[in-house]
Amino acid sequence: MSRFKKKGGKETPGISTASLPDIIFMLLFFFMVTTVMRETELLVKVASPSAKEVQKLEKKSLVSFIYVGEPVQSRLGTNTRIQLNDAFGHIDAIPEFIAKEREARDEADRKYLTTSLKVDRGTKMGIVTDIKQKLRRVGAFKINYSVQKEHEEK
Amino acid sequence: MAAKTPELNASSMADIAFLLLIFFLVTTTMDVDTGIGRILPPPPDPSVKPPDAKKRNVMNVLVNKSDRLLINNRPGDISTLKDDVKEFMTPHFPDNPDFPEVKLVTDEIIGNDYTSEGIISLKNDRGTSYEMYIAVQDKLAQAFAELKDEYSMKKFGRLYEDIDEDHKDAVNKIIRSRVSEAEPEDIGSK
Repeated sequence: MSRFKKKGGKETPGISTASLPDIIFMLLFFFMVTTVMRETELLVKVASPSAKEVQKLEKKSLVSFIYVGEPVQSRLGTNTRIQLNDAFGHIDAIPEFIAKEREARDEADRKYLTTSLKVDRGTKMGIVTDIKQKLRRVGAFKINYSVQKEHEEK
Repeated sequence: MAAKTPELNASSMADIAFLLLIFFLVTTTMDVDTGIGRILPPPPDPSVKPPDAKKRNVMNVLVNKSDRLLINNRPGDISTLKDDVKEFMTPHFPDNPDFPEVKLVTDEIIGNDYTSEGIISLKNDRGTSYEMYIAVQDKLAQAFAELKDEYSMKKFGRLYEDIDEDHKDAVNKIIRSRVSEAEPEDIGSK
């Protein structure tokens, strides 16, 4: 009956690698979801104030950011500066900045464009008021004051 | 048949992987940006006179450059601002001259009820700190949120966030977040 003799010995079968692609895909998806694509490099120091009654900022792709605060590099002094998306800007550059932001968006989405103001808590309101006036003049009415959610009762 | 370990059944491995994937998808929070959303008013038209508001309908909140509050010409405090606003904006019926006028609103869901004609007028100095400004804005938002919650609780027995859109609209007709920011005046230094 040698015909039915088993071929192999008693070696353990190899571990199936069929699920390896799944694991890799899982990792891939995980990192795809958690990675923030373009982190704007902050040129100004922004410590957001905190508040209780906050809303989530939705549709990130339709948000343009204006940062206001002291420059990070101390050689640029301590005067409050404005950063528009990723470069320093003057207050008079805001209308142009908003126009460019609108241009970059789909026509149907333009009216949902929000301007997020990330302002340092120590900033004086004068500069913020100026920015708001500029935004009103160009019709960017939807704004969002960026604040952190305050959790505990203090 | 000598003992041969059967091959591992790996067909469920994919399911486990997907389970994990979905778990991470659900639990991972991307850094959410939070903030206070506001709609700016269009620039004032110089040919149109701003509507007059009766004195009793307006609660003036002033924040000066040293972050002190003045509420209707009396020094105020940030810790009591919320309660002041709530009291001011609660519709008082029968008509009480110490509080804003009330207006009758008819709604399909609520029926007849009174709404306050009060307006909170917020004005800040150029020297006010942003932190204080946000604190005041937050207190105002809290006051209106609490009024909405209280009204919704009274009418529907549930909190404002738990009722559906139609009911929310109805509550918003009674509790109106009327905050007006004064036009900036060019006084003082930057």
